[in-house]
Amino acid sequence: MDKIRNLAELRKLKSNMVDKLQLRENSDSSEAIIQIKVGMATSGIASGAKETMSHLIEELDRRKIKALVLQVGDMGYSHAEPTIEVTIPGKDPVVFGKVDTAKADEIIEKYIVNGELVEGILPANYRSI
Amino acid sequence: MANIKLTIDNKVVEVPQGTTILKAARQMGIEIPTLCNFELEGLALKNHPGGCRVCMVEVAGRRNLAPACVTECMPDMVVKTNSLRAINARRTVLELMLSDHPNDCLQCAKSGKCELQTLAARMGIREIPYKGEQSSYKIQVSPSIVRDMSKCIMCRRCESVCYEYQSVGAIGAVDRGFPAVVSTAFDRNLLDTSCVFCGQCVAVCPVGALTENDHTGRLIKDLNNPDKVTVVQVAPAVRVALGEEFGMEPGSIVTGKLAAALKALGFDYVFDTDWGADATIMEEGHELLDRLTKYLAGDKNVKIPLMTSCCPAWVNFYEKHYPHLSGYPSSAKSPQQMFGALAKTYFADKINTKREDMICVSVMPCIAKKYEVERDEFKTNGNPDVDYSISTRELARLIKLCNIDFDALEPVDFDSPLGESTGAAVIFGATGGVMEAAVRTAYAVLTDGKLPKIDFQEIRGLEGIREATVHVKDGLDLRLAIVYGLANARKMLEMIDKGECPYHAIEVMACPGGCIDGAGQPYHHGDASIVRARWEATYKADRDMPIRMSHENPSIQTTYKEFLGAPLSEKAHHLLHTHYFDKKTKIESVK
Amino acid sequence: MHILVCGGTGCSASGSREVIAQLNKELEAHNLTDFARVVVTGCFGFCERGPIVKIIPDNTFYTKVKPEDAKEIVEEHIIKGRKVQRLLYVAPDTNKSVSDSKHMEFYKKQVRIALRNCGFIDPENIDESIARDGYAALGKCLFEMTPQQVIEEIKKSGLRGRGGGGFPTGLKWEIASKSRVGEKKYVVCNADEGDPGAFMDRSLLEGDPHSILEAMAICGYCIGSDHGLIYIRAEYPLAIHRLQVAIKQAEEVGLLGQDILGSGFNFTIELRYGAGAFVCGEETALIHSMEGHRGEPTFKPPFPAQSGYLKQPTNVNNVETFANIPVIINKGADWFASIGSEKSKGTKVFALAGKINNVGLIEVPMGITLREIIYEIGGGIKGGKKFKAVQTGGPSGGCLTEKHLDTPVDYDTLIAAGSMMGSGGMIVMDEDDCMVSIAKFYLGFTVEESCGKCTPCRVGNKRLLEILTKITEGKGTMQDLDDLRNLATVIKDTALCGLGQTSPNPVLSTMSNFWDEYVEHVTEKKCRAGQCKALKQYIIDPALCKGCTACARACPVSAISGTVKNPHVIDQSKCIKCGTCYEKCKFGAISIK
Repeated sequence: MDKIRNLAELRKLKSNMVDKLQLRENSDSSEAIIQIKVGMATSGIASGAKETMSHLIEELDRRKIKALVLQVGDMGYSHAEPTIEVTIPGKDPVVFGKVDTAKADEIIEKYIVNGELVEGILPANYRSI
Repeated sequence: MANIKLTIDNKVVEVPQGTTILKAARQMGIEIPTLCNFELEGLALKNHPGGCRVCMVEVAGRRNLAPACVTECMPDMVVKTNSLRAINARRTVLELMLSDHPNDCLQCAKSGKCELQTLAARMGIREIPYKGEQSSYKIQVSPSIVRDMSKCIMCRRCESVCYEYQSVGAIGAVDRGFPAVVSTAFDRNLLDTSCVFCGQCVAVCPVGALTENDHTGRLIKDLNNPDKVTVVQVAPAVRVALGEEFGMEPGSIVTGKLAAALKALGFDYVFDTDWGADATIMEEGHELLDRLTKYLAGDKNVKIPLMTSCCPAWVNFYEKHYPHLSGYPSSAKSPQQMFGALAKTYFADKINTKREDMICVSVMPCIAKKYEVERDEFKTNGNPDVDYSISTRELARLIKLCNIDFDALEPVDFDSPLGESTGAAVIFGATGGVMEAAVRTAYAVLTDGKLPKIDFQEIRGLEGIREATVHVKDGLDLRLAIVYGLANARKMLEMIDKGECPYHAIEVMACPGGCIDGAGQPYHHGDASIVRARWEATYKADRDMPIRMSHENPSIQTTYKEFLGAPLSEKAHHLLHTHYFDKKTKIESVK
Repeated sequence: MHILVCGGTGCSASGSREVIAQLNKELEAHNLTDFARVVVTGCFGFCERGPIVKIIPDNTFYTKVKPEDAKEIVEEHIIKGRKVQRLLYVAPDTNKSVSDSKHMEFYKKQVRIALRNCGFIDPENIDESIARDGYAALGKCLFEMTPQQVIEEIKKSGLRGRGGGGFPTGLKWEIASKSRVGEKKYVVCNADEGDPGAFMDRSLLEGDPHSILEAMAICGYCIGSDHGLIYIRAEYPLAIHRLQVAIKQAEEVGLLGQDILGSGFNFTIELRYGAGAFVCGEETALIHSMEGHRGEPTFKPPFPAQSGYLKQPTNVNNVETFANIPVIINKGADWFASIGSEKSKGTKVFALAGKINNVGLIEVPMGITLREIIYEIGGGIKGGKKFKAVQTGGPSGGCLTEKHLDTPVDYDTLIAAGSMMGSGGMIVMDEDDCMVSIAKFYLGFTVEESCGKCTPCRVGNKRLLEILTKITEGKGTMQDLDDLRNLATVIKDTALCGLGQTSPNPVLSTMSNFWDEYVEHVTEKKCRAGQCKALKQYIIDPALCKGCTACARACPVSAISGTVKNPHVIDQSKCIKCGTCYEKCKFGAISIK
């Protein structure tokens, strides 16, 4: 391990490290931050939901966006797997279908960061509680 | 330091900051009971664990009671030593202590001298409400000390003197809670521990848990055996302390009555260890001169400083703790053993008695002497030079037992020839005495007797470590150190071990103030003034002697002429010198 | 995803190590190691239901996980996102399973300051500690605050010693800082936790060792010491291991050692092992033990701040006290002081045990009521039994009853109620507990743990125990009750150290709160809880007895009398409670009372 030579280095290390624990930090304050649920049933995984979820986590980390990425069960949209549901605090959840890594980038960039709508929104047929 | 004012039992008292409640109360004549608290003021012995809790007093504003012995006075403190709460607490604590103490006062060796017994009487204990399990331990006997730990009240005085004052650490608290007791490691016999048998644990024990190995019964039998010739020798420090046992003022010199009492007991020959002490100076003094001459001539192999070897506990100490340094102490035997060796040879020949038929007994202020007489190197064909040794206290018991009115005895002289002695021998009983006696003779020899000097005040004192320089002649200043307490002796040995010792000679005594406060002396119960009185009496006895230098003792001169030849002669070496053993390795190998 | 598995002593004992191995194996088998990571953490506090596995990010809280559950957790939860229902915690009040820890009553009322990192970070990874502000407080102190400013901050926070004494920590530091300035000083962490059933300090050290190291260094900076010692009992191997790892890591990155962060401040820490004597939790005894002497307390003054370890000024604080320090520095004294009650600030960690549903480690704000702790966090009394008493303060504390349930828990109110805060043991008793036996149990502990130095504790407590034993054996008299009270009062008044002075508390508090039970034991020879075996009474119901004489013939001590076809009677003074008659009776006429 490298020596931490001064306070600035310690603080820098902290800010680097803090992201590694972001996942756990966020789990305690889930209502206040963006939640992304990834449908991860067998069918979802088969169509690439695992990659999508990993990509989402990495990309959000990279952009320093505080968000909670959760894996959930089958959302029921078998036709549009992988499916994700994005909840921005204060807004209704929005479900996107056929989210591959490229689509995920687009959702982050447009919907989460800029608040624009993105193609591929599925009509909500239930509310998550 | 500033004085502070406080109120104790409704009276205002002013004391220096740092004074305990106990001392402040004492100053006002209020005697708060204590048990574990112990201090021989100015003589390095102390024990303040605050553990027994019989000195609890009430301090206004305090949640619980305060132990008077360790609680310091504070400005405007209001102390009640006699409130119901304090009295009830002290009583209950004492009852608890008694509830775990054998009720065998009638048979106890300490009966009448026991501080617990005294306290129980003072507090008017009539019953012990708390019944329950009692601690029970096997009685352990060693040549000097009997340990009956069932009587231990965990005051820890013995542990403090052993660990702190003597730096021996043979005994200490073991186990915890109710079974906690002071013991040796793995409950070994003291013989197999680092114990040096100084007996100071016995001297300070408030109860009958630690006592001397009593030989009075054996002595009565021998005195009544017509086939035995009984010879007794009395150590110098006994004559300044024995009187206390008969109600005399501390410091009373009872030499004549002592000799008379021993005759009344039926000893055939009543002699004096002082005679042996003069012989010791002849040998040890010449050994010092011999080593010093060689040393000053540049001999690198000679062991300087010379250390005295009269004190048996000190001998045990270097044998058990510093065997690799045992070349420094003089090879001269102690006065007791010199006396014994000559009594059973020179004197036995004179009276035509076989050594087997002679019983040689010593009366000593010491209980390490009981161990010393049992050493194998002091026996000839299994017959010891001194058969056994009794303490000052045992002698007092014997005198009482034999219906002798000590007070009424007419003083008599010791018998001749082994009863003649000098002032130099008397001061063996006090710290610095051996050194001064040796210096008196060495000085006389080195100055060819031209400049007689008898009183070497620079050597005297009651501090634990003293240094003195004695100017003998131009180019020769004797650098001396006098220590008592083996923790101090340890400091000297450490210095020697590191090659940093600046002295030519060192006197070591194990007990506080020397033999005058030996473990066989009447109990002082922590009163240092008693020890000081004995000390002063020792030097008075010296001044009163007509001859005050060992080499001038006519009886000693005759003995050398008739029997030994010269000091350090072959015969003298054979009879009056000894050698030391590595007992450290032996103890460490005990499993 | 992170799979947090408790690696504390409690969960390890119930098998968490095998669970960890199995989870790793399953993740590998499913090629998920880059996706999910098993993190071994410190205690979650919910030891009753260990081993605990927590899935992040969704906070799913699995209890009593067995190695064979690993497959299902990975395949169902990790891969498919379906919670394994049967492993979820079932709330005792609603009988419904609770999916995540946030919705568990057990955690709802808790405020985790000292335990902030326990169960959250990997205690063997300094990076995770740093990520959670580890050593940030030390950095702040070294570069932005003078020692006096730090002390003022601690004083302002109102933090009091968590080891039991409740002495203001800032004041303690201040005294040590002003004592013999310029001489060698020591910082000592008291990790000699010894209350029966208590494991607060152990869990802290296992779950978040770096916080303790950091706080000790801050203390060193404040009082002018460059060396710290942690006195920890050798029976805490896991905590020792974690501390060793943490010290090594901190030294490697330069957060301990020479010239920390280039500040010129040096601080090193070493571990000292205790053999597990309760009395060594007393600071003077602890110091003697560290010096290689017998672990015995000595009279104060001198206080350790004046003359402590190796006769040098020494500041001794308990583990939990230290755990609060970095947070106070980082978040400020005002924030800390806003939590808790008027005279007791912050939180307190308790080891909740006894007849309660949720046994475990909890951290609650000072001022919370006993009722909230027992009924909300603790989930109430086991088996729907009736609450009888709660013992706080371990063997030094007292038993509080129903009427104390709404007492706010803080240092002063607990003492006023006849108990004490202590180091955080909290044992709940129900109607099946005999209060005389409870007092006897605690006294048995103190008698065992007394060092034996002072008479009241060495002999007095032994006698108390003997009297209590006599009472539970049905041989007690009213005089014994008098003696008991007098003796207990005198011991409290005269014992040398905190252990002895507080040891009669369980006796005195049960005597004052359950006097009737004592009297019943003595006069009626009856134990209403049925715990005192010797006081069991076998009684023949005359209505059911047919007078068959079977019992009388079988009784080995001829305690049963009666004539044929007439109801028999048992002479209670002769009965030895062997139960033979009870077995022999074919008519169910004999009952046990």
